[in-house]
Amino acid sequence: MTDSERPARTGKGRVFGLGALTVAFVLGIVFWGGFNTAMEWTNTESFCISCHEMYENVYVEYQDTIHFENRTGVRATCPDCHVPKEWVHKVVRKIQASNELLHKALGTIDTPEKFEAKRLQLAQNVWRTMKKTDSRECRNCHGYDYMDLTRQGRRAFDQHVTGLDEGKTCIDCHKGIAHRLPKMPDNEQVSLAR
Amino acid sequence: MNKTAALTLLLACMATALPGTLAAQMANPLRGQAAIDQTNRVHDFKPMMKEQPPLERAYVQQPPVIPHQIDGYIINANSNKCLTCHSWENYRSAKATKISLTHFRDRDGKELSNVSASRYFCNQCHVPQVDAQPLVNNDFTPVDALNKH
Repeated sequence: MTDSERPARTGKGRVFGLGALTVAFVLGIVFWGGFNTAMEWTNTESFCISCHEMYENVYVEYQDTIHFENRTGVRATCPDCHVPKEWVHKVVRKIQASNELLHKALGTIDTPEKFEAKRLQLAQNVWRTMKKTDSRECRNCHGYDYMDLTRQGRRAFDQHVTGLDEGKTCIDCHKGIAHRLPKMPDNEQVSLAR
Repeated sequence: MNKTAALTLLLACMATALPGTLAAQMANPLRGQAAIDQTNRVHDFKPMMKEQPPLERAYVQQPPVIPHQIDGYIINANSNKCLTCHSWENYRSAKATKISLTHFRDRDGKELSNVSASRYFCNQCHVPQVDAQPLVNNDFTPVDALNKH
């Protein structure tokens, strides 16, 4: 048979095909919506602190900081700083989070002593990621180009101006802004001077 | 005048003076206008002062007061936020006051190569300031060495 002789879809066959397509389309929306809802549910502070490792360590420390409670009430919660907002980067981070699920199952940091032992390594992981992305998550809210430096104090003004000249990124100086600092190796202090 | 009369006179003076002073105190108490049995609502809560040039000391050995806000600055066994600007290695780039050499001495007088543990917790001696005037007048003047005039 040649192409011109092949019977076309007619009558019931045609409607059935269209119907299946519509159903598939609607189901696709439902499942995609479900997938995103589940992913966004893991993207909330309440989800993060449902693990006691997070609640008793980093969440308690974060409660004393300006990102938790401040003059204006504008806050940053766990995903705002630790999960990228762009979809592709977010999904990549979510896949990397399976490592966190593994360590939750292994109980790697499930006591305060274990957590302190790992604090430096965990902090360095976050700092490394932020440095690599030029503090992308900080810039979700803090736009350097929109910072009115004249309204900052003397110290902030000096450091932001010289920092820009030296090509620094937010995390270079603002370590420990939300959680306590680890003990640095060789008794080195975390400092502004690099 | 005999003892009884003198005593009576003294008591009479006190009796007239006492309500007067009491009234004076009650009219403008330092604790505010609320009655003794009522909760005193703080209405002029003073925030810590923002950054300013270093403040004058009242005594030569006085730990200088902190002329900036220190909200959220943590000092613990892992890290000392103050030293990120005030240590000998960092003070130049941070344009801050250097931590004094006296902080490198332990309590036996031995000179150490880094900040002594007895001087590590800055807030035991150094505090930030609030823009508040003394509640009670005082005319203290520092020694000539500190006196600008």
